Amino acid sequence: MRKHHHIDAEAAALRETFEIDRRDFLKLAGGGIVLFFTIGELPAIAQQRQARALPTDFNAFLRITENGRIACYVGKIEMGQGIVTSLAQMLADELDTALESIDMVMGDTDLCPWDRGTFGSLSTRSFSPALRAAGAEARLVLLELASEHLSVPAANLAVENGIVFEKDHPQHRVSYGELAHGRSIERHATGKAVVKKFSEFRIMNTSHLRRDGREKVTGKTVYAADMRLPGMLYAKILRPPSHASKLVDVDIAEAKLVKDVVIIHEGTLVAALHRLPDMAEYALSKIKARYETPPTAFDDNTVFDHLLKAAAGGKIVAQQGDINKGKAESAAIVTSTFLDGYKAHAAMEPHAALAVIENGKATVWASTQNPFTCKEEIAHELGFSSENVRVITPYVGGGFGGKTRNLQAAEAARLAQLSGKPVQVAYTRKEEFFFDAFRPAAVVTITSGIDALGKMSAWEYNVYFAGDRGAAHFYTIPNAVTTAFDASVNGAEGPHPFATGAWRAPGNNTNTFARESQIDIMASKAGVDPIEFRLQNMTDKKMRDVLTLAAEKFGWVAAKAPSKRGIGVACGIDAGTPVAAIAEVEVDASTGTVRVKRVVCVQDMGLVVNPEGATIQMEGCITMGLGYALSEHVRFKGGEIMEENFDTYDIPRFSWLPTIETAFVTDNEAPPQGGGEPAIILMGAVIANAVYDAVGARVFQLPITPARVKEALEKNVK
Amino acid sequence: MDETVQFTLNGKAVSLHVDNDRMLLWVLRTDLELTGTKYGCGEGLCGSCTVLIDGEAVRSCQTPMKSVGGKHVTTIEGLAKGEVLHPVQQAFMAHDALQCGYCTPGMIMTAAGFLSHHPHPSRGEITMGMENNLCRCGAHKRIIEAVATAAKEMEGGF
Repeated sequence: MRKHHHIDAEAAALRETFEIDRRDFLKLAGGGIVLFFTIGELPAIAQQRQARALPTDFNAFLRITENGRIACYVGKIEMGQGIVTSLAQMLADELDTALESIDMVMGDTDLCPWDRGTFGSLSTRSFSPALRAAGAEARLVLLELASEHLSVPAANLAVENGIVFEKDHPQHRVSYGELAHGRSIERHATGKAVVKKFSEFRIMNTSHLRRDGREKVTGKTVYAADMRLPGMLYAKILRPPSHASKLVDVDIAEAKLVKDVVIIHEGTLVAALHRLPDMAEYALSKIKARYETPPTAFDDNTVFDHLLKAAAGGKIVAQQGDINKGKAESAAIVTSTFLDGYKAHAAMEPHAALAVIENGKATVWASTQNPFTCKEEIAHELGFSSENVRVITPYVGGGFGGKTRNLQAAEAARLAQLSGKPVQVAYTRKEEFFFDAFRPAAVVTITSGIDALGKMSAWEYNVYFAGDRGAAHFYTIPNAVTTAFDASVNGAEGPHPFATGAWRAPGNNTNTFARESQIDIMASKAGVDPIEFRLQNMTDKKMRDVLTLAAEKFGWVAAKAPSKRGIGVACGIDAGTPVAAIAEVEVDASTGTVRVKRVVCVQDMGLVVNPEGATIQMEGCITMGLGYALSEHVRFKGGEIMEENFDTYDIPRFSWLPTIETAFVTDNEAPPQGGGEPAIILMGAVIANAVYDAVGARVFQLPITPARVKEALEKNVK
Repeated sequence: MDETVQFTLNGKAVSLHVDNDRMLLWVLRTDLELTGTKYGCGEGLCGSCTVLIDGEAVRSCQTPMKSVGGKHVTTIEGLAKGEVLHPVQQAFMAHDALQCGYCTPGMIMTAAGFLSHHPHPSRGEITMGMENNLCRCGAHKRIIEAVATAAKEMEGGF
């Protein structure tokens, strides 16, 4: 009872907040015709409580103004994934207006309704139905107004390019802008408007170039570190050598001599502030600090044993039949262990924020994927109430899950509070590596069997620390169990010596590497072509279709691996999208070097809103995925991170680029699914399988470095 | 050492009294408020800060002000002729050769410098010309295509 009472009180408080909130939105948004609507499911009460409660009955709105422009206010952010284009396409199409007339207003916590954050390939997937419905509904409202204005029944009206006209007298017309003139109309979406059929699309499902292209090629796009305010100072903060280090003493005497410097020393926060960032850096170099660092417990080579010892709380995520029965009935059983090291996000834009505090209110421009969480973190840091913090998200220079932790924004706000000046904190590349919440190191063990006919008969899958996304298999295996240990990828605590977090398709890269490698092992055991083997053990139509189309596009000729041709296959599902890839590699057996020559990738993401944008996301996934597959891993000793820059942390370069061919299995009547992540999940497995096909040696650990390939070749000889 | 450094920036004469050991990147971004040139690594490893100095693509994070005196510096803001984009800029747009856009100014400046020496580049030459510029979103395929297109467009110069 008490609990219910608590929730009721909470709900009442939410309603109240909402009323204030909505007035604020309207005030900020100005007049015109405003339509409030809900995208996806509204956050649960608990999530709202955590977020200090925002609107309960809408989480996005659009506004039509007298200049004929339509602004859509959403809490999402643009970090390169292209929603500034794809979301606007949906809206423009449903509204029968030009794509150019849509303005996306995103990531501003004062202007936009609450949002959890931009991740999980969710923006298009979760926005699609509601955004389209909102557009359709706004069109109905405008038709109604036009009907009054023109004194013509709505049924006799048509709309083109934001102009409503009488079907029989096209010159009898009125524009959206004219209809909005001098009005202040507020509606809530009823969800009753009928969205367009596929055959009626004009803008959706056609390719559009990025709407932010021109400003990005002319250097006009503003990122957080590009914000400038009068009197601002640039801060450089004293950093420990290791996450385990404790500051013992600090000497700021020499740094204080640097002209115009402001030194802040508040507890463990020590920073040099200057009107020039490079002079702040110079002043920081004059600060002498002594740290105590405990002895190192483990490093990147010994971390896997450490993790297995620390693993607890296995949770069964999928189960079919009886695994013991399956094992007993198998004609051949193979047990494998797959390892994956820590990976950095390494977005080209390091974390940055500019904070200013005026009249008790903090405004912070931050590179963040979750501005509303960022706002709460800043409020906590400053001891401010949440209403007195505004986070504005300019364009973000790449996120990949790495910009959900907003230390830099809290630091900038705190230093602005302490110095009384606007303060920018922009990470150096070394800080970017040091404070990254890495994709966690992980272990997967698989015991699997085939029966006398060569069909999959048993599958026992344990994943430690990668998370359970993508852990469950999609094959027809009568007896199987999938267990995830320590499934959460987030957290500064726990067995990892530093923070870990979501990295483009969290968990799924590791899980797909393990599963698809093991499936290939079983195919070889059965003496069957790897695609044929997958199809024999799979009934899922969508997965079969993407796999079959990929084989067709590649020109696959069936052969048992290793065929010495160096071609491999993998398939998987992420963000609702089944995806398959085939890669061709060249392996230099003397050096162990792997060169990926060609990748063919096919996915089924339902309705493709912007085919050009979706293709770019697939190409990006394939290219970025070469890194975690072939070279990227974070070396560390305890809490000390050895990677400081791109000289040692090797990300994909132009010379690595294979020939990339992409295609979609089109299902335009199905709702759109995720597109920003699916293709990347295959890159570890598809390359491992192609390497095996080339040289008959299997690498069980990512990345597939030359040393590991050579080691695998030597094992084969023995 | 503080010094008055005079140079041409995007076609205009500039005279700055600065510490001549400071790097051009920070002078551009802070003193001159031209923020199109980006910091990515600070060690000349990523190419985000690339500008043209006397037509050559140079890492501004590794270029002290004392070496800039008397030179012609072009940044991403000065590459277009008014509203007319440089063919490389135009090609990057036409190919959607960018995602987050953060590496884009450096990519474009590197490509512009490269094409002035390689008017008819092969795909392999473009690859090697762009090799030391990093992109994390994975726009590489389209960047190579954009540079190839720009090379064709620039037959008549710009």
